Amino acid sequence: MPDPAKRELRILRYQPGVDAAPAFGTFWVENAENLSVLEALQSIKDTLDGSLAFRWSCRMAVCGSCGMMINGAPKLACSTLLRDLPPGPVTVEPLNNFPIERDLVISVGGFVKKIESIYPYIIPKEPRTIAQGPYLQTPAQLAAYESFSDCINCMLCYAACPQFGENPDFIGPGAMALLQRYNGDSRDAGRQKRLDAIHGEDGVWSCTAVGICSEVCPKSVDPANAVNQNKTNSAFDFFLRFLRKE
Amino acid sequence: MEIFEADVLIIGAGGAGLRAAIAATLADPSLTIALASKVLPMRSHTVAAEGGSAGVIQAHDSLENHFNDTVHGGDWLCEQDVVEYFVSQATPELIQLEHWGCPWSRKPDGEINVRAFGGMKIERTWFAADRSGFHILHTLFQTSTKYPQIKRFDEAFCLDLLVADGRAQGAVLLSPSTGAFTTILARSVILATGGAGRVFRQNTNGGIVTGDGMALAYRHGVPLRDMEFVQYHPTCMPGSGILFSEACRGEGGYLVNKDGYRYLQDYGLGPVTTTPRNKTMELGPRDRLSQAFWQEERKGRTLTTPNGESAVHLDLRHLGLAKLKERLPLIRGLAMEFMGIDPADTPIPVRPAVHYTMGGIITDIQTATPLAGLFAAGECSSVGIHGANRLGSNSLGELTVFGRVAGEQAVKFAKEAPAVVANKLVDQAKAAAAKAVALRDQKGGGERHSVLRKEMAATMERGCGIYRLGTEMQETCDKLAELKQRAKAITLDDHSDVWNTDWLAAIELGYQLDVAQAMAHSALERKESRGAHQRLDGFEKRDDDKYLAHSLAHYRGDGPPEISYGPVKITKSQPGTRAYGALGEQLEKDGTHA
Repeated sequence: MPDPAKRELRILRYQPGVDAAPAFGTFWVENAENLSVLEALQSIKDTLDGSLAFRWSCRMAVCGSCGMMINGAPKLACSTLLRDLPPGPVTVEPLNNFPIERDLVISVGGFVKKIESIYPYIIPKEPRTIAQGPYLQTPAQLAAYESFSDCINCMLCYAACPQFGENPDFIGPGAMALLQRYNGDSRDAGRQKRLDAIHGEDGVWSCTAVGICSEVCPKSVDPANAVNQNKTNSAFDFFLRFLRKE
Repeated sequence: MEIFEADVLIIGAGGAGLRAAIAATLADPSLTIALASKVLPMRSHTVAAEGGSAGVIQAHDSLENHFNDTVHGGDWLCEQDVVEYFVSQATPELIQLEHWGCPWSRKPDGEINVRAFGGMKIERTWFAADRSGFHILHTLFQTSTKYPQIKRFDEAFCLDLLVADGRAQGAVLLSPSTGAFTTILARSVILATGGAGRVFRQNTNGGIVTGDGMALAYRHGVPLRDMEFVQYHPTCMPGSGILFSEACRGEGGYLVNKDGYRYLQDYGLGPVTTTPRNKTMELGPRDRLSQAFWQEERKGRTLTTPNGESAVHLDLRHLGLAKLKERLPLIRGLAMEFMGIDPADTPIPVRPAVHYTMGGIITDIQTATPLAGLFAAGECSSVGIHGANRLGSNSLGELTVFGRVAGEQAVKFAKEAPAVVANKLVDQAKAAAAKAVALRDQKGGGERHSVLRKEMAATMERGCGIYRLGTEMQETCDKLAELKQRAKAITLDDHSDVWNTDWLAAIELGYQLDVAQAMAHSALERKESRGAHQRLDGFEKRDDDKYLAHSLAHYRGDGPPEISYGPVKITKSQPGTRAYGALGEQLEKDGTHA
């Protein structure tokens, strides 16, 4: 009988300049029944191999640091419990579709640039001074964008997106959700500027509507819905321009 | 070594650092603002704040009420002029965040909604469901991208401050992704590096909360103030310490012991009511609630969780599923994902865990530290608003109010300061880098730093917990001295350059041990009970004659810190009886306090 308190983790290791290619390393974790994958990795790092590299911080699925492939699916390591995974070895790999910097650490710079490219801030309809107080925004107006504002930038959707896998320049689901978060905000007037940013060939039309981005999202942000709304918006916008040119 | 010249350098890009960066660039758009963080800005621990941010907005509330609640809550160890400024600026800052897009929860007519919070007389806590810190952080980060003058150094770990001619003039950074060092030269520097809760075992904090900025300022001769005051949050996940927001109680949640009894009524917090009553029962302050838990545990009236921790129940069932989904979705998700409990039909086992450092780098009302050119804001600082116990929803406001002040003051200083003395500073940076490399490459089969970290966290919990004894605090001080010696002889598993997180954690441990020493020695020396510092060894009472004073821990290298005391600024509120529940209401009616 296998000991349920012991779990085998097969972790993809890679050290640049030393390893020719990534390869799996195997570790056994004791007292694993109630551990998250993150806690198992911490236990390995603290007691077996301090060189194992991975990002983490909050432990409560809100900082977005610890996205990785767990048994082949993009997950947050902190909120994935070992007892919820099928018996047998657990494979842990860096997020798909990103360059590996070391072990489970991938490059995040490209993703940050995408966020920055879509004007991720309020471009006010009617600027107000502090003395004028807050804008009014009804619960219904809040609901129009609120779920898109819940994105924690964990990049699981990028690891799942086949289009991003083929074309790293594709704006991708997370940035599209953020774009929709501001375009849907009753205080904002930046819609046109943002739509212009996603008209190009790496923009919204690259999406082939697989919808897996929404399935893997740990925060139910539904980026696929954001992408679709923007396809509609983008098509409508394109059509209007066509008319204007005529 | 690469050298980058900035006008203002900000270390830390959470709520305070980002707010400072935006304020600095708005104050003078011609300046270059360097913003360095050891993580991507949206990973900063501000992200985990849940309940909300206090700012007076209702017609029947007043700044005076917020002032009184804060000063009483801090057991009169607050700088009252700073509190007065803080409460006056909190609401304007919340409105500013609203203009920048923060998705504050609303009333049906579109106005800002507020919720009740512990120790607050009137509801004044602005909230974005139970993800308030998350939304504040992302709003600030996203807004900061509008300003190209803010040059970010994401994932850049600070090794040391550069100080010459008695003035802070930059810092040396290590890039984890390359192992390369960068010197940032700047005419003023802001520390916004957050707290240090990870020096304790059970805590609500993210792994990055290791007191880096506190230790750096401290080592350069800046005193750490009021470090003995460490906040235990009363409702956390047993074992991991993950936070269940005070908003659970603000929305009407009950705390019950193993018999289903609302035990807070036994600790001067009653009367019991079914709907929330401000400053009463579950809406008492955090120090009192954590202390009540400890007493219940001693009486054998707590539960034991499967992982062996004591706990009480946070009962949210009567709030109903719809309200939980609207107001506490993150809390419900945490309970379901991590504990397999739906709070809509099962109470959540909770217990106190370390949450917040009331003390920190001493600053004046303008966030200036005693070291010229060095400013500090947010949890790493002690600007003086929290005293001996912080009220929930006063820390997010602190980030924005004093983040802005720090940004503006650092710009003012930078514009008046002479040019930096590059050669001297670059030499210092090279020396700091060499020291870090020596630690990385140290041979000799020494211990793993993880062993030391666990011992540190255990001794802090034992000696500097909810209730304290002189003998145990002394043991903690002795243990920390021993750990500091052992830390010199550690050997890393990893001697490489790229993403050597073994190395970073070892440097962080050094920061943590210094901060822990400041906490333990400050605690040992304070021979009274006040706020979050409660003793059981003959000093059970508050002693205003001797200890209505801020502790100041001064770094003394390998030796223990030297503790001195500084005055507390009293303006309007003379120290009185700190009471909640029925007695608090009676005293307030009599005008005996407030």
